[in-house]
Amino acid sequence: MSAATFDRRNERVTLAPYLLSGPALLVLGTLLVIPLVATAVLSLHSFSLYKGIQNVYNFDNYVDIFTDPYFYAIYARTFRIALIVTLLSILLGAPEAYILNRMRDPWRSGFLLVVLGPLFISIISRTLGWALLFGSTGLVNQGLVALGLIDRPLQFMYSETGIVIALTHVLVPFMVISVWASLQRLDPQIENAALSLGARSGTILRRILLPQVLPGVLSGSIIVFALAASAFATPAIIGGRRLQVAATLAYDEFLNTLNWPLGAAIAMLLLVAILAIILGCNRLVERRYAQVFE
Amino acid sequence: MSFLILDQLTKAYGDVIAVDRLSLEVAKGEFVSLLGPSGCGKTTTLQMIAGFVEPTNGRITLDGGDLLSVRPNKRGLGIVFQSYALFPHMTAAENVAFGLEMQHVPRAERERRVNETLSLVGLSSLADRFPRKMSGGQQQRVALARALVIRPRVLLLDEPLSNLDAKLREEMQIELRQIQRTLGTTTILVTHDQSEAMALSDRIVIMNRGRAEQIARPDEAYARPASEFVANFLGKTNQLAASIRETDGRKVVSVGAVVWPAADGMHCGPATVAVRPERIALTANGGVSGILRNRVFHGSHWLLQVETDAGAVTIIRQNDGEALPREGEAIRLSWRAEDMSVTPGNGSDA
Repeated sequence: MSAATFDRRNERVTLAPYLLSGPALLVLGTLLVIPLVATAVLSLHSFSLYKGIQNVYNFDNYVDIFTDPYFYAIYARTFRIALIVTLLSILLGAPEAYILNRMRDPWRSGFLLVVLGPLFISIISRTLGWALLFGSTGLVNQGLVALGLIDRPLQFMYSETGIVIALTHVLVPFMVISVWASLQRLDPQIENAALSLGARSGTILRRILLPQVLPGVLSGSIIVFALAASAFATPAIIGGRRLQVAATLAYDEFLNTLNWPLGAAIAMLLLVAILAIILGCNRLVERRYAQVFE
Repeated sequence: MSFLILDQLTKAYGDVIAVDRLSLEVAKGEFVSLLGPSGCGKTTTLQMIAGFVEPTNGRITLDGGDLLSVRPNKRGLGIVFQSYALFPHMTAAENVAFGLEMQHVPRAERERRVNETLSLVGLSSLADRFPRKMSGGQQQRVALARALVIRPRVLLLDEPLSNLDAKLREEMQIELRQIQRTLGTTTILVTHDQSEAMALSDRIVIMNRGRAEQIARPDEAYARPASEFVANFLGKTNQLAASIRETDGRKVVSVGAVVWPAADGMHCGPATVAVRPERIALTANGGVSGILRNRVFHGSHWLLQVETDAGAVTIIRQNDGEALPREGEAIRLSWRAEDMSVTPGNGSDA
């Protein structure tokens, strides 16, 4: 089709794009935007044990959160876990994607299935599976003791280490897919080009491949970080009631303390913090790579 | 003594033989093209020289030393890829400097050589641009500069011009030839474009199904194709039905009513005569008669399609201002004996 006819048709039906995306916008609006706005409004209300939710508007909940070291510790833990999970995902996922990309079918499809495996398993059975492995008499501890690496069982359950391991397991696939996508955009001859110019394989990896997959690593990091920081089920099961993160804390405020406004404020702060980090990273990536990649 | 020698070079993928006992000797400073249709083994040959593909059999010698035992990153060859394979995260100057960095050339000399090479390919003003912000032709020049700056022992060009439009391609051909002459770099070009191969090379290797059909100077291969494949691949050729007979004790070859003397060794019977379109002249009397079916204007020349009893003939006539016969008109064609090649047998009907 020539550009001219395309333009003319576009002019005639300028409404079409809006009508076509209407249903999706409607679903998004009713199921996402309205609850979010409601949560934001709720977070401005106040709560008392005897009178319930008060229909007032103030920032008391936010002031509480910002002045109480208890909340500060929980947010710090949330983002510490998210950061470590992101770093581990890069360390595991990027090489995994590189190896996958160099494999040939049928090996590639097989291993891709293995890599994506964690996503196919229900979060509950996957996490309970980790709980079984992590227990003081679980397989991991028994194995380590049997190998003589440790004397006493390690504390995986109800520890940050346990949460980090379980979250990394399920989030690595996002990193693999993201890095793989940028590997597939590479010119297949680019490694040969570097080779012919006298580069050794280590140099090719460092100077040629890594810089080109960096955008993929960064977008994978954004996904992994956001999912890790807002994860609920894994920290709830592995971390238990004692080791709270922002998501489990909000849940507790809603369903145990029944302090909905405080829960809403906790959730809103988590959302804003994650958004700020993601947008910041995204801006950085765009500014850095605007003229290098499309 | 030859600079680059391919000796019985063979590459087989399972049962498929990509390159079949290819032998070639290239002199220092020579420009040789590997020409052939896709799948003829020309790119595989180039990749074996580059070291990206391991030969099944045969040897490659460069400047007296065995090349196959040298790792690809130590071979010191400059390669321009069909896709250019530029490093997108580096500017033009950084792309060109990369090979020198790998050789640990000191910074000052590196900068001097990068600037020199960029100006050689006419890109001095775009040194700080990223490849994505450059046109195809400019990217092509960066790729060429990147390969040349390391002063390669051999320059390997893998269909370097095939992604450019026709006009730009022609300009780059002239420029490429000039640069190659100036630097005196031994060059191997892989191409499927016969006019490109003929325009650029000192010698052409015409390849078909993994084998070299002919290795010759372009004009030689064009004038005296060693096989029917070469005759058809290099330019257009008219094939006319002819017959060989003996009259008065001498062998003659005849097309229609026209008779030429034939070589004595030829057997009597049907034969095929091949003549290039530009070697056929229109004549007033005598000659092979035919009817002009179609004439196509090409600016600098006309293509005339003529129907004769011996088969369809295409003629190229320079647009020299002389009047042309009209379509449907009866015309007569003639050519000199040395402009045709005679093959006994029916040949193909092409």
